[in-house]
Amino acid sequence: MSEAALAIIVLSAKVALAATLFSLPFAFIVAWVLARSEFRGKSLLQAAVTLPLVVPPVVTGYVLLILFGAKGPVGRFLFEWFGLTFAFRWTGAALAAGVMAFPLLVRPLRLSIEAVDRGLEEAAATLGASRMISFLTITLPLAMPGVLAGTLLGFAKALGEFGATITFVSNIPGETQTLSLAVYSLLQSPSGDAEALRLILASVAIALAAVVISEWLARKIKPEPRR
Amino acid sequence: MSVLTVDITGMAGAGFPVRARFETGPGITGLFGHSGAGKTTVLKMIAGMLRPQSGRIETNGRVCFDGERGIDLPPHKRQTGFVFQDGRLFPHLTVRRNLSYASWAGSRRNSRSFAGIVDLLGLGNHLDRWPATLSGGERQRVAIGRALLSEPAILLMDEPLSSLDYARRMDILPYLEQIRQETQIPMVYVSHEIDEMARLTDTLVVMSHGEVIGAGETAEMFARLDLGPALGRQKAGVVVHGTVVAVDADWGLATVDIGGQTIEVAGTDFETGQTIRLMVRARDVSVALQAPDKLSIRNRIRCVLDEISTDDSAFAELSLRCGDQVIRSRITRRSASELGLRSGQHVIALLKSVSVERRAMVPQGEQGALR
Repeated sequence: MSEAALAIIVLSAKVALAATLFSLPFAFIVAWVLARSEFRGKSLLQAAVTLPLVVPPVVTGYVLLILFGAKGPVGRFLFEWFGLTFAFRWTGAALAAGVMAFPLLVRPLRLSIEAVDRGLEEAAATLGASRMISFLTITLPLAMPGVLAGTLLGFAKALGEFGATITFVSNIPGETQTLSLAVYSLLQSPSGDAEALRLILASVAIALAAVVISEWLARKIKPEPRR
Repeated sequence: MSVLTVDITGMAGAGFPVRARFETGPGITGLFGHSGAGKTTVLKMIAGMLRPQSGRIETNGRVCFDGERGIDLPPHKRQTGFVFQDGRLFPHLTVRRNLSYASWAGSRRNSRSFAGIVDLLGLGNHLDRWPATLSGGERQRVAIGRALLSEPAILLMDEPLSSLDYARRMDILPYLEQIRQETQIPMVYVSHEIDEMARLTDTLVVMSHGEVIGAGETAEMFARLDLGPALGRQKAGVVVHGTVVAVDADWGLATVDIGGQTIEVAGTDFETGQTIRLMVRARDVSVALQAPDKLSIRNRIRCVLDEISTDDSAFAELSLRCGDQVIRSRITRRSASELGLRSGQHVIALLKSVSVERRAMVPQGEQGALR
Protein backbone atom coordinates (compact mmCIF):
# COMPACT_ATOMS: atom_id res chain seq x y z
CA MET A 1 0.00 0.00 0.00
CA SER A 2 1.32 3.41 -0.90
CA GLU A 3 2.40 5.93 1.69
CA ALA A 4 -0.29 8.30 0.48
CA ALA A 5 -3.00 5.67 1.01
CA LEU A 6 -1.71 4.92 4.50
CA ALA A 7 -1.77 8.62 5.35
CA ILE A 8 -5.38 8.81 4.20
CA ILE A 9 -6.36 5.86 6.38
CA VAL A 10 -4.60 7.29 9.42
CA LEU A 11 -6.25 10.67 8.87
CA SER A 12 -9.68 9.06 8.47
CA ALA A 13 -9.26 7.03 11.65
CA LYS A 14 -8.12 10.14 13.51
CA VAL A 15 -11.11 12.15 12.27
CA ALA A 16 -13.64 9.41 13.01
CA LEU A 17 -12.18 8.64 16.44
CA ALA A 18 -12.12 12.30 17.45
CA ALA A 19 -15.67 12.76 16.16
CA THR A 20 -17.00 9.74 18.08
CA LEU A 21 -15.19 10.34 21.35
CA PHE A 22 -16.10 14.00 21.38
CA SER A 23 -19.80 13.46 20.66
CA LEU A 24 -20.20 10.51 23.03
CA PRO A 25 -20.53 12.45 26.30
CA PHE A 26 -22.96 14.95 24.73
CA ALA A 27 -24.92 12.13 23.14
CA PHE A 28 -25.11 10.35 26.51
CA ILE A 29 -26.45 13.45 28.25
CA VAL A 30 -29.06 14.02 25.54
CA ALA A 31 -30.01 10.32 25.57
CA TRP A 32 -30.34 10.45 29.37
CA VAL A 33 -32.58 13.50 29.25
CA LEU A 34 -34.75 11.93 26.55
CA ALA A 35 -34.97 8.62 28.43
CA ARG A 36 -35.47 9.87 31.95
CA SER A 37 -37.27 13.19 32.01
CA GLU A 38 -40.56 14.63 30.91
CA PHE A 39 -40.68 18.30 29.95
CA ARG A 40 -42.32 20.63 27.49
CA GLY A 41 -40.44 20.68 24.24
CA LYS A 42 -39.10 17.17 24.62
CA SER A 43 -40.33 16.25 21.16
CA LEU A 44 -38.62 19.39 19.85
CA LEU A 45 -35.31 18.22 21.31
CA GLN A 46 -35.98 14.78 19.86
CA ALA A 47 -36.56 16.35 16.42
CA ALA A 48 -33.46 18.54 16.66
CA VAL A 49 -31.32 15.51 17.49
CA THR A 50 -32.69 13.60 14.50
CA LEU A 51 -32.24 16.53 12.13
CA PRO A 52 -28.77 15.65 10.73
CA LEU A 53 -30.18 12.25 9.80
CA VAL A 54 -32.99 13.61 7.65
CA VAL A 55 -31.61 16.88 6.26
CA PRO A 56 -29.41 16.55 3.13
CA PRO A 57 -25.78 16.31 4.34
CA VAL A 58 -24.87 19.21 2.04
CA VAL A 59 -27.26 21.40 4.02
CA THR A 60 -25.74 20.31 7.32
CA GLY A 61 -22.30 21.10 5.91
CA TYR A 62 -23.47 24.52 4.78
CA VAL A 63 -25.00 25.30 8.19
CA LEU A 64 -21.71 24.27 9.83
CA LEU A 65 -19.86 26.56 7.40
CA ILE A 66 -22.05 29.50 8.39
CA LEU A 67 -21.84 28.82 12.13
CA PHE A 68 -18.31 27.48 12.51
CA GLY A 69 -16.53 29.19 9.62
CA ALA A 70 -13.81 31.73 10.37
CA LYS A 71 -16.39 34.51 10.26
CA GLY A 72 -19.29 32.51 11.73
CA PRO A 73 -20.50 33.48 15.21
CA VAL A 74 -19.54 30.20 16.90
CA GLY A 75 -16.35 29.80 14.91
CA ARG A 76 -15.11 33.27 15.86
CA PHE A 77 -15.95 32.72 19.52
CA LEU A 78 -14.13 29.37 19.66
CA PHE A 79 -11.08 30.87 17.93
CA GLU A 80 -10.89 33.90 20.19
CA TRP A 81 -11.34 31.96 23.43
CA PHE A 82 -9.78 28.58 22.71
CA GLY A 83 -7.72 29.12 19.57
CA LEU A 84 -9.79 26.46 17.76
CA THR A 85 -10.29 26.72 14.01
CA PHE A 86 -12.44 24.45 11.91
CA ALA A 87 -12.57 25.85 8.40
CA PHE A 88 -10.54 23.69 5.99
CA ARG A 89 -8.87 21.82 8.88
CA TRP A 90 -9.09 18.18 9.97
CA THR A 91 -10.86 19.41 13.13
CA GLY A 92 -13.62 20.68 10.86
CA ALA A 93 -13.87 17.26 9.25
CA ALA A 94 -14.18 15.73 12.71
CA LEU A 95 -16.86 18.26 13.66
CA ALA A 96 -18.87 17.48 10.54
CA ALA A 97 -18.52 13.73 11.09
CA GLY A 98 -19.46 14.12 14.78
CA VAL A 99 -22.59 16.10 14.00
CA MET A 100 -23.66 13.59 11.35
CA ALA A 101 -22.99 10.66 13.70
CA PHE A 102 -24.81 12.24 16.65
CA PRO A 103 -28.33 10.88 15.98
CA LEU A 104 -26.93 7.39 15.46
CA LEU A 105 -25.16 7.60 18.83
CA VAL A 106 -28.17 8.93 20.73
CA ARG A 107 -30.70 6.32 19.66
CA PRO A 108 -29.07 3.12 21.00
CA LEU A 109 -27.92 5.00 24.10
CA ARG A 110 -31.45 6.14 24.80
CA LEU A 111 -32.89 2.68 24.25
CA SER A 112 -30.36 1.06 26.55
CA ILE A 113 -30.90 3.65 29.29
CA GLU A 114 -34.64 3.12 29.02
CA ALA A 115 -34.12 -0.63 29.30
CA VAL A 116 -32.43 -0.36 32.71
CA ASP A 117 -34.95 -1.26 35.43
CA ARG A 118 -35.18 1.80 37.66
CA GLY A 119 -36.23 -0.50 40.49
CA LEU A 120 -32.61 -1.64 40.59
CA GLU A 121 -31.51 1.94 41.25
CA GLU A 122 -34.10 2.12 44.01
CA ALA A 123 -32.66 -1.08 45.48
CA ALA A 124 -29.14 0.35 45.28
CA ALA A 125 -30.29 3.44 47.17
CA THR A 126 -31.71 1.35 50.03
CA LEU A 127 -28.28 -0.30 50.23
CA GLY A 128 -26.65 3.06 50.80
CA ALA A 129 -25.52 3.97 47.29
CA SER A 130 -25.76 7.64 46.32
CA ARG A 131 -27.16 8.55 42.90
CA MET A 132 -23.70 8.89 41.40
CA ILE A 133 -22.50 5.56 42.79
CA SER A 134 -25.65 3.77 41.70
CA PHE A 135 -25.22 5.26 38.22
CA LEU A 136 -21.64 4.04 38.02
CA THR A 137 -22.24 0.59 39.51
CA ILE A 138 -25.71 -0.27 38.20
CA THR A 139 -27.04 1.91 35.39
CA LEU A 140 -23.88 2.37 33.34
CA PRO A 141 -22.77 -1.29 33.38
CA LEU A 142 -26.28 -2.42 32.46
CA ALA A 143 -26.47 0.14 29.64
CA MET A 144 -22.97 -0.76 28.42
CA PRO A 145 -24.01 -2.96 25.48
CA GLY A 146 -26.02 -0.03 24.13
CA VAL A 147 -23.17 2.37 24.74
CA LEU A 148 -20.85 0.13 22.75
CA ALA A 149 -23.37 -0.37 19.96
CA GLY A 150 -23.93 3.37 19.73
CA THR A 151 -20.24 4.14 19.74
CA LEU A 152 -19.60 1.63 16.98
CA LEU A 153 -22.45 2.88 14.86
CA GLY A 154 -21.28 6.47 15.35
CA PHE A 155 -17.72 5.53 14.46
CA ALA A 156 -18.80 3.76 11.27
CA LYS A 157 -20.91 6.73 10.26
CA ALA A 158 -18.10 9.18 11.03
CA LEU A 159 -15.67 7.10 8.99
CA GLY A 160 -17.86 7.19 5.91
CA GLU A 161 -19.16 10.75 6.15
CA PHE A 162 -19.03 12.56 2.82
CA GLY A 163 -21.54 15.29 2.04
CA ALA A 164 -21.28 17.51 5.09
CA THR A 165 -17.50 17.14 5.19
CA ILE A 166 -16.86 18.12 1.60
CA THR A 167 -19.25 21.08 1.90
CA PHE A 168 -17.80 22.34 5.18
CA VAL A 169 -14.06 21.76 4.87
CA SER A 170 -13.63 20.89 1.20
CA ASN A 171 -11.42 18.08 -0.14
CA ILE A 172 -7.84 18.99 0.82
CA PRO A 173 -5.32 16.13 0.57
CA GLY A 174 -3.45 15.61 3.86
CA GLU A 175 -5.80 17.82 5.82
CA THR A 176 -9.47 17.03 5.19
CA GLN A 177 -9.33 14.31 2.55
CA THR A 178 -10.71 11.29 4.41
CA LEU A 179 -11.31 7.84 2.92
CA SER A 180 -14.61 8.62 1.26
CA LEU A 181 -13.33 11.88 -0.23
CA ALA A 182 -10.16 10.22 -1.46
CA VAL A 183 -12.09 7.39 -3.10
CA TYR A 184 -14.34 9.94 -4.73
CA SER A 185 -11.35 11.92 -6.07
CA LEU A 186 -9.59 8.79 -7.33
CA LEU A 187 -12.68 7.63 -9.18
CA GLN A 188 -12.79 10.99 -10.95
CA SER A 189 -9.34 10.44 -12.49
CA PRO A 190 -8.85 7.87 -15.27
CA SER A 191 -5.92 6.04 -13.59
CA GLY A 192 -7.19 5.96 -10.03
CA ASP A 193 -9.22 2.71 -10.04
CA ALA A 194 -6.58 0.43 -8.52
CA GLU A 195 -5.73 2.84 -5.70
CA ALA A 196 -9.45 3.42 -5.07
CA LEU A 197 -10.01 -0.32 -4.73
CA ARG A 198 -7.23 -0.56 -2.16
CA LEU A 199 -8.81 2.22 -0.10
CA ILE A 200 -12.21 0.60 -0.39
CA LEU A 201 -10.83 -2.70 0.91
CA ALA A 202 -9.10 -0.85 3.74
CA SER A 203 -12.32 0.85 4.78
CA VAL A 204 -14.17 -2.48 4.79
CA ALA A 205 -11.39 -3.97 6.95
CA ILE A 206 -11.56 -1.10 9.43
CA ALA A 207 -15.33 -1.40 9.70
CA LEU A 208 -15.10 -5.17 10.23
CA ALA A 209 -12.43 -4.76 12.88
CA ALA A 210 -14.60 -2.24 14.70
CA VAL A 211 -17.52 -4.67 14.76
CA VAL A 212 -15.39 -7.57 15.97
CA ILE A 213 -13.76 -5.50 18.71
CA SER A 214 -17.05 -4.17 19.98
CA GLU A 215 -18.62 -7.65 20.01
CA TRP A 216 -15.67 -8.92 21.98
CA LEU A 217 -15.91 -6.01 24.43
CA ALA A 218 -19.64 -6.57 24.86
CA ARG A 219 -19.01 -10.21 25.74
CA LYS A 220 -16.35 -9.26 28.26
CA ILE A 221 -18.55 -6.68 29.96
CA LYS A 222 -21.82 -8.56 30.01
CA PRO A 223 -21.11 -11.96 31.47
CA GLU A 224 -23.29 -14.79 30.23
CA PRO A 225 -25.10 -16.52 33.06
CA ARG A 226 -23.29 -19.72 33.87
CA ARG A 227 -23.59 -22.33 36.54
CA MET B 1 -38.61 2.38 73.17
CA SER B 2 -40.24 2.67 69.83
CA VAL B 3 -38.08 1.69 66.89
CA LEU B 4 -40.22 3.30 64.26
CA THR B 5 -42.67 6.15 64.57
CA VAL B 6 -44.88 6.89 61.60
CA ASP B 7 -47.44 9.67 61.37
CA ILE B 8 -47.97 10.57 57.75
CA THR B 9 -50.48 11.53 55.14
CA GLY B 10 -49.85 11.26 51.44
CA MET B 11 -50.98 9.82 48.14
CA ALA B 12 -50.55 6.25 47.01
CA GLY B 13 -49.21 5.60 43.53
CA ALA B 14 -52.69 4.47 42.47
CA GLY B 15 -54.03 7.88 43.46
CA PHE B 16 -55.90 7.34 46.72
CA PRO B 17 -55.07 9.14 49.96
CA VAL B 18 -53.13 7.28 52.62
CA ARG B 19 -53.03 8.17 56.29
CA ALA B 20 -50.99 6.16 58.70
CA ARG B 21 -50.06 6.57 62.31
CA PHE B 22 -48.39 3.87 64.36
CA GLU B 23 -45.35 2.98 66.40
CA THR B 24 -43.45 -0.24 66.40
CA GLY B 25 -41.12 -1.84 68.90
CA PRO B 26 -38.42 -4.46 68.50
CA GLY B 27 -39.31 -7.75 66.87
CA ILE B 28 -41.44 -8.14 63.75
CA THR B 29 -44.32 -5.80 63.03
CA GLY B 30 -46.83 -6.94 60.47
CA LEU B 31 -48.41 -4.40 58.18
CA PHE B 32 -51.52 -6.18 57.08
CA GLY B 33 -54.40 -5.44 54.73
CA HIS B 34 -55.93 -6.33 51.41
CA SER B 35 -54.12 -5.34 48.24
CA GLY B 36 -54.80 -1.69 47.64
CA ALA B 37 -54.99 -0.92 51.35
CA GLY B 38 -51.90 1.29 51.14
CA LYS B 39 -49.38 -1.00 52.84
CA THR B 40 -46.66 -0.76 50.21
CA THR B 41 -47.16 3.00 49.95
CA VAL B 42 -46.48 3.38 53.67
CA LEU B 43 -43.43 1.15 53.41
CA LYS B 44 -42.03 3.13 50.49
CA MET B 45 -42.58 6.36 52.39
CA ILE B 46 -40.62 4.96 55.33
CA ALA B 47 -37.79 4.03 52.95
CA GLY B 48 -37.87 7.43 51.25
CA MET B 49 -38.94 6.22 47.80
CA LEU B 50 -42.22 8.08 48.02
CA ARG B 51 -42.67 11.46 49.61
CA PRO B 52 -45.53 11.95 52.08
CA GLN B 53 -47.46 15.21 51.86
CA SER B 54 -47.03 15.89 55.52
CA GLY B 55 -46.17 14.27 58.80
CA ARG B 56 -43.18 12.70 60.42
CA ILE B 57 -41.15 9.51 60.24
CA GLU B 58 -38.57 8.51 62.83
CA THR B 59 -36.41 5.42 62.93
CA ASN B 60 -34.42 4.64 66.09
CA GLY B 61 -34.93 8.20 67.27
CA ARG B 62 -33.58 9.69 64.03
CA VAL B 63 -35.90 11.94 62.06
CA CYS B 64 -36.05 10.76 58.43
CA PHE B 65 -38.94 12.92 57.37
CA ASP B 66 -40.57 15.95 58.91
CA GLY B 67 -42.96 17.90 56.72
CA GLU B 68 -42.99 20.94 58.97
CA ARG B 69 -39.26 21.26 59.40
CA GLY B 70 -38.60 20.37 55.78
CA ILE B 71 -36.54 17.29 56.58
CA ASP B 72 -36.56 14.59 53.91
CA LEU B 73 -33.53 12.30 53.97
CA PRO B 74 -32.80 10.61 50.63
CA PRO B 75 -33.22 6.81 50.64
CA HIS B 76 -29.51 6.08 50.77
CA LYS B 77 -29.12 7.98 54.02
CA ARG B 78 -32.05 6.40 55.87
CA GLN B 79 -30.52 3.06 56.86
CA THR B 80 -33.69 1.24 56.04
CA GLY B 81 -33.03 -2.18 54.56
CA PHE B 82 -35.65 -3.09 51.97
CA VAL B 83 -36.59 -6.49 50.61
CA PHE B 84 -38.64 -6.11 47.45
CA GLN B 85 -41.38 -8.40 46.30
CA ASP B 86 -39.41 -9.23 43.16
CA GLY B 87 -35.98 -9.43 44.79
CA ARG B 88 -34.35 -6.89 42.51
CA LEU B 89 -30.96 -8.55 42.46
CA PHE B 90 -28.42 -6.82 40.25
CA PRO B 91 -28.27 -9.08 37.18
CA HIS B 92 -24.72 -8.15 36.21
CA LEU B 93 -23.24 -9.04 39.58
CA THR B 94 -22.60 -12.44 41.15
CA VAL B 95 -24.43 -13.47 44.31
CA ARG B 96 -21.31 -12.56 46.29
CA ARG B 97 -21.11 -9.06 44.78
CA ASN B 98 -24.85 -8.59 45.29
CA LEU B 99 -24.60 -9.56 48.95
CA SER B 100 -21.66 -7.28 49.59
CA TYR B 101 -23.02 -4.38 47.50
CA ALA B 102 -23.73 -2.22 50.55
CA SER B 103 -20.14 -2.41 51.71
CA TRP B 104 -18.38 -1.81 48.39
CA ALA B 105 -20.84 0.61 46.80
CA GLY B 106 -22.91 1.88 49.69
CA SER B 107 -19.91 2.34 52.00
CA ARG B 108 -21.89 0.91 54.87
CA ARG B 109 -19.73 -0.41 57.63
CA ASN B 110 -20.50 -4.00 58.27
CA SER B 111 -20.57 -5.14 61.85
CA ARG B 112 -22.46 -8.28 60.88
CA SER B 113 -20.16 -10.91 59.47
CA PHE B 114 -20.59 -11.77 55.82
CA ALA B 115 -19.93 -15.45 56.57
CA GLY B 116 -22.51 -15.39 59.36
CA ILE B 117 -25.31 -14.13 57.12
CA VAL B 118 -24.32 -16.47 54.29
CA ASP B 119 -24.51 -19.31 56.77
CA LEU B 120 -27.79 -18.19 58.26
CA LEU B 121 -29.45 -18.11 54.84
CA GLY B 122 -27.76 -21.22 53.48
CA LEU B 123 -26.13 -19.39 50.58
CA GLY B 124 -22.64 -20.86 50.89
CA ASN B 125 -22.88 -22.90 47.68
CA HIS B 126 -24.33 -20.12 45.58
CA LEU B 127 -21.85 -17.28 46.05
CA ASP B 128 -20.32 -17.45 42.58
CA ARG B 129 -23.59 -17.93 40.68
CA TRP B 130 -25.41 -15.31 38.63
CA PRO B 131 -28.86 -14.12 39.71
CA ALA B 132 -30.43 -15.34 36.47
CA THR B 133 -29.56 -18.93 37.37
CA LEU B 134 -31.12 -18.86 40.86
CA SER B 135 -34.53 -20.27 41.72
CA GLY B 136 -37.17 -17.88 43.04
CA GLY B 137 -36.59 -18.96 46.63
CA GLU B 138 -32.82 -18.63 46.38
CA ARG B 139 -33.20 -15.19 44.85
CA GLN B 140 -35.32 -13.98 47.76
CA ARG B 141 -32.82 -15.39 50.25
CA VAL B 142 -30.05 -13.44 48.53
CA ALA B 143 -32.24 -10.32 48.58
CA ILE B 144 -32.84 -10.76 52.32
CA GLY B 145 -29.15 -11.36 52.96
CA ARG B 146 -28.18 -8.31 50.92
CA ALA B 147 -30.52 -6.13 52.95
CA LEU B 148 -29.26 -7.60 56.25
CA LEU B 149 -25.68 -6.83 55.23
CA SER B 150 -26.48 -3.16 54.65
CA GLU B 151 -26.39 -2.46 58.36
CA PRO B 152 -30.07 -1.46 58.52
CA ALA B 153 -31.56 0.19 61.55
CA ILE B 154 -34.80 -1.42 60.48
CA LEU B 155 -35.61 -3.99 57.82
CA LEU B 156 -38.64 -3.38 55.62
CA MET B 157 -40.07 -6.34 53.75
CA ASP B 158 -42.63 -5.81 51.02
CA GLU B 159 -44.44 -9.12 50.52
CA PRO B 160 -41.11 -10.91 50.13
CA LEU B 161 -42.76 -14.30 49.62
CA SER B 162 -45.67 -13.37 47.40
CA SER B 163 -43.86 -14.15 44.16
CA LEU B 164 -43.17 -17.70 45.33
CA ASP B 165 -45.31 -20.80 45.21
CA TYR B 166 -46.56 -22.41 48.39
CA ALA B 167 -43.72 -24.89 48.79
CA ARG B 168 -41.00 -22.24 48.30
CA ARG B 169 -42.76 -20.01 50.78
CA MET B 170 -42.67 -22.74 53.39
CA ASP B 171 -38.96 -23.15 52.66
CA ILE B 172 -38.20 -19.53 53.40
CA LEU B 173 -40.34 -18.91 56.48
CA PRO B 174 -37.95 -20.81 58.78
CA TYR B 175 -35.12 -18.54 57.58
CA LEU B 176 -37.13 -15.49 58.53
CA GLU B 177 -37.86 -16.99 61.94
CA GLN B 178 -34.19 -17.65 62.41
CA ILE B 179 -33.33 -14.09 61.48
CA ARG B 180 -35.80 -12.85 64.06
CA GLN B 181 -34.07 -14.92 66.68
CA GLU B 182 -30.45 -14.42 65.75
CA THR B 183 -30.21 -10.82 64.63
CA GLN B 184 -31.69 -8.04 66.68
CA ILE B 185 -32.89 -6.09 63.67
CA PRO B 186 -36.48 -4.90 63.99
CA MET B 187 -38.61 -5.58 60.94
CA VAL B 188 -41.74 -4.35 59.29
CA TYR B 189 -43.32 -7.13 57.28
CA VAL B 190 -45.98 -6.32 54.70
CA SER B 191 -48.28 -9.09 53.57
CA HIS B 192 -51.87 -9.98 52.89
CA GLU B 193 -51.30 -13.59 53.94
CA ILE B 194 -52.78 -14.03 57.39
CA ASP B 195 -50.78 -17.24 57.94
CA GLU B 196 -47.48 -15.43 57.53
CA MET B 197 -48.67 -12.78 59.95
CA ALA B 198 -49.70 -15.34 62.56
CA ARG B 199 -46.43 -17.13 62.22
CA LEU B 200 -43.97 -14.27 62.16
CA THR B 201 -45.24 -11.09 63.72
CA ASP B 202 -45.26 -9.85 67.28
CA THR B 203 -47.34 -6.77 66.64
CA LEU B 204 -49.80 -6.09 63.88
CA VAL B 205 -50.87 -2.90 62.13
CA VAL B 206 -54.05 -3.42 60.12
CA MET B 207 -54.76 -1.13 57.17
CA SER B 208 -57.86 -0.75 55.09
CA HIS B 209 -58.63 1.76 52.35
CA GLY B 210 -55.55 3.83 53.05
CA GLU B 211 -56.03 4.09 56.80
CA VAL B 212 -54.73 2.28 59.84
CA ILE B 213 -57.78 0.74 61.48
CA GLY B 214 -56.05 -1.05 64.32
CA ALA B 215 -52.65 -1.72 65.85
CA GLY B 216 -51.55 -3.90 68.70
CA GLU B 217 -50.23 -7.30 69.73
CA THR B 218 -50.82 -9.86 67.02
CA ALA B 219 -52.90 -12.20 69.22
CA GLU B 220 -55.10 -9.36 70.43
CA MET B 221 -55.61 -8.04 66.94
CA PHE B 222 -56.66 -11.45 65.62
CA ALA B 223 -59.19 -11.74 68.43
CA ARG B 224 -60.90 -8.45 67.61
CA LEU B 225 -64.20 -9.00 65.89
CA ASP B 226 -64.44 -5.48 64.48
CA LEU B 227 -61.40 -6.11 62.30
CA GLY B 228 -63.06 -9.15 60.73
CA PRO B 229 -63.63 -7.73 57.27
CA ALA B 230 -60.12 -6.30 57.06
CA LEU B 231 -58.53 -9.54 58.22
CA GLY B 232 -60.49 -11.51 55.66
CA ARG B 233 -63.60 -13.57 56.34
CA GLN B 234 -62.41 -16.89 55.01
CA LYS B 235 -59.08 -16.91 56.75
CA ALA B 236 -59.87 -15.01 59.93
CA GLY B 237 -58.75 -16.69 63.10
CA VAL B 238 -56.83 -16.23 66.29
CA VAL B 239 -53.39 -17.09 67.54
CA VAL B 240 -53.55 -19.32 70.61
CA HIS B 241 -50.50 -20.01 72.75
CA GLY B 242 -49.95 -23.28 74.45
CA THR B 243 -47.44 -25.55 76.11
CA VAL B 244 -46.86 -29.08 74.90
CA VAL B 245 -47.58 -31.44 77.80
CA ALA B 246 -47.48 -34.79 76.08
CA VAL B 247 -46.62 -36.33 72.73
CA ASP B 248 -48.27 -39.56 71.65
CA ALA B 249 -46.22 -41.11 68.90
CA ASP B 250 -48.67 -44.00 68.35
CA TRP B 251 -51.55 -41.76 67.41
CA GLY B 252 -49.36 -38.98 66.04
CA LEU B 253 -50.88 -36.42 68.35
CA ALA B 254 -49.53 -33.82 70.75
CA THR B 255 -51.47 -32.63 73.78
CA VAL B 256 -51.24 -28.88 74.27
CA ASP B 257 -52.18 -26.99 77.43
CA ILE B 258 -53.85 -23.72 76.50
CA GLY B 259 -54.37 -22.41 80.02
CA GLY B 260 -55.95 -25.05 82.20
CA GLN B 261 -57.55 -26.99 79.37
CA THR B 262 -55.87 -29.19 76.83
CA ILE B 263 -56.40 -29.77 73.16
CA GLU B 264 -54.87 -32.30 70.80
CA VAL B 265 -53.15 -31.34 67.59
CA ALA B 266 -51.44 -33.41 64.93
CA GLY B 267 -47.67 -33.69 65.04
CA THR B 268 -45.03 -35.48 67.06
CA ASP B 269 -41.95 -33.36 66.44
CA PHE B 270 -42.50 -31.32 69.60
CA GLU B 271 -40.77 -31.51 72.91
CA THR B 272 -42.67 -31.65 76.16
CA GLY B 273 -42.61 -28.24 77.79
CA GLN B 274 -42.19 -26.38 74.50
CA THR B 275 -44.26 -23.24 73.97
CA ILE B 276 -46.01 -23.06 70.61
CA ARG B 277 -48.40 -20.83 68.68
CA LEU B 278 -51.46 -22.27 67.03
CA MET B 279 -53.51 -20.61 64.38
CA VAL B 280 -57.18 -21.39 64.98
CA ARG B 281 -59.51 -20.21 62.26
CA ALA B 282 -62.93 -18.92 63.16
CA ARG B 283 -64.66 -21.06 60.54
CA ASP B 284 -63.18 -24.23 62.06
CA VAL B 285 -64.71 -23.63 65.49
CA SER B 286 -68.27 -24.74 66.29
CA VAL B 287 -70.08 -24.20 69.57
CA ALA B 288 -72.35 -26.45 71.64
CA LEU B 289 -74.35 -25.63 74.72
CA GLN B 290 -73.67 -29.04 76.29
CA ALA B 291 -71.01 -31.63 75.70
CA PRO B 292 -72.15 -33.69 72.72
CA ASP B 293 -72.16 -37.49 72.68
CA LYS B 294 -70.50 -39.76 70.16
CA LEU B 295 -68.80 -37.07 68.13
CA SER B 296 -65.51 -37.31 66.29
CA ILE B 297 -64.41 -33.87 67.41
CA ARG B 298 -62.11 -34.41 70.37
CA ASN B 299 -61.24 -30.85 71.31
CA ARG B 300 -63.97 -29.47 73.52
CA ILE B 301 -63.00 -26.23 75.16
CA ARG B 302 -65.12 -24.71 77.92
CA CYS B 303 -65.51 -21.01 77.19
CA VAL B 304 -67.55 -17.98 78.08
CA LEU B 305 -69.25 -16.23 75.19
CA ASP B 306 -67.98 -12.65 75.32
CA GLU B 307 -69.49 -11.04 72.29
CA ILE B 308 -71.66 -11.82 69.30
CA SER B 309 -71.25 -9.72 66.20
CA THR B 310 -73.67 -9.94 63.31
CA ASP B 311 -74.35 -7.92 60.20
CA ASP B 312 -76.74 -8.56 57.36
CA SER B 313 -74.69 -11.47 56.04
CA ALA B 314 -75.48 -15.07 56.85
CA PHE B 315 -72.77 -15.25 59.49
CA ALA B 316 -72.37 -14.48 63.16
CA GLU B 317 -68.92 -13.92 64.66
CA LEU B 318 -68.45 -15.13 68.22
CA SER B 319 -65.70 -14.12 70.57
CA LEU B 320 -65.11 -16.85 73.15
CA ARG B 321 -63.01 -16.43 76.28
CA CYS B 322 -61.11 -19.38 77.61
CA GLY B 323 -58.88 -18.46 80.53
CA ASP B 324 -56.86 -15.49 79.36
CA GLN B 325 -57.08 -16.42 75.69
CA VAL B 326 -59.67 -15.67 73.06
CA ILE B 327 -60.99 -18.03 70.41
CA ARG B 328 -63.16 -16.88 67.56
CA SER B 329 -65.95 -18.84 66.00
CA ARG B 330 -67.97 -18.24 62.88
CA ILE B 331 -71.38 -19.88 62.71
CA THR B 332 -74.48 -18.99 60.78
CA ARG B 333 -76.73 -16.27 62.12
CA ARG B 334 -79.53 -18.79 62.15
CA SER B 335 -77.61 -21.21 64.42
CA ALA B 336 -76.84 -18.38 66.81
CA SER B 337 -80.48 -17.47 66.93
CA GLU B 338 -81.80 -21.02 67.32
CA LEU B 339 -79.33 -21.78 70.14
CA GLY B 340 -80.38 -18.54 71.80
CA LEU B 341 -76.77 -17.44 72.24
CA ARG B 342 -76.15 -14.37 74.35
CA SER B 343 -73.14 -12.71 75.97
CA GLY B 344 -71.97 -14.19 79.25
CA GLN B 345 -73.25 -17.65 78.43
CA HIS B 346 -71.09 -20.75 79.05
CA VAL B 347 -70.52 -22.68 75.84
CA ILE B 348 -68.28 -25.45 74.61
CA ALA B 349 -66.07 -24.67 71.63
CA LEU B 350 -65.55 -27.64 69.32
CA LEU B 351 -62.37 -27.72 67.30
CA LYS B 352 -61.32 -30.50 64.96
CA SER B 353 -57.69 -31.42 65.53
CA VAL B 354 -57.13 -31.73 61.80
CA SER B 355 -58.11 -28.14 61.21
CA VAL B 356 -55.28 -26.73 63.28
CA GLU B 357 -52.84 -26.52 60.47
CA ARG B 358 -49.40 -27.89 61.03
CA ARG B 359 -47.72 -25.05 59.20
CA ALA B 360 -49.13 -22.43 61.48
CA MET B 361 -47.36 -23.83 64.49
CA VAL B 362 -44.13 -22.22 65.45
CA PRO B 363 -41.84 -23.14 68.26
CA GLN B 364 -41.34 -19.98 70.22
CA GLY B 365 -37.81 -19.03 71.17
CA GLU B 366 -36.74 -16.86 74.07
CA GLN B 367 -37.61 -13.82 72.01
CA GLY B 368 -41.23 -14.73 71.56
CA ALA B 369 -42.51 -11.39 72.70
CA LEU B 370 -46.12 -12.43 72.84
CA ARG B 371 -46.29 -13.66 76.39
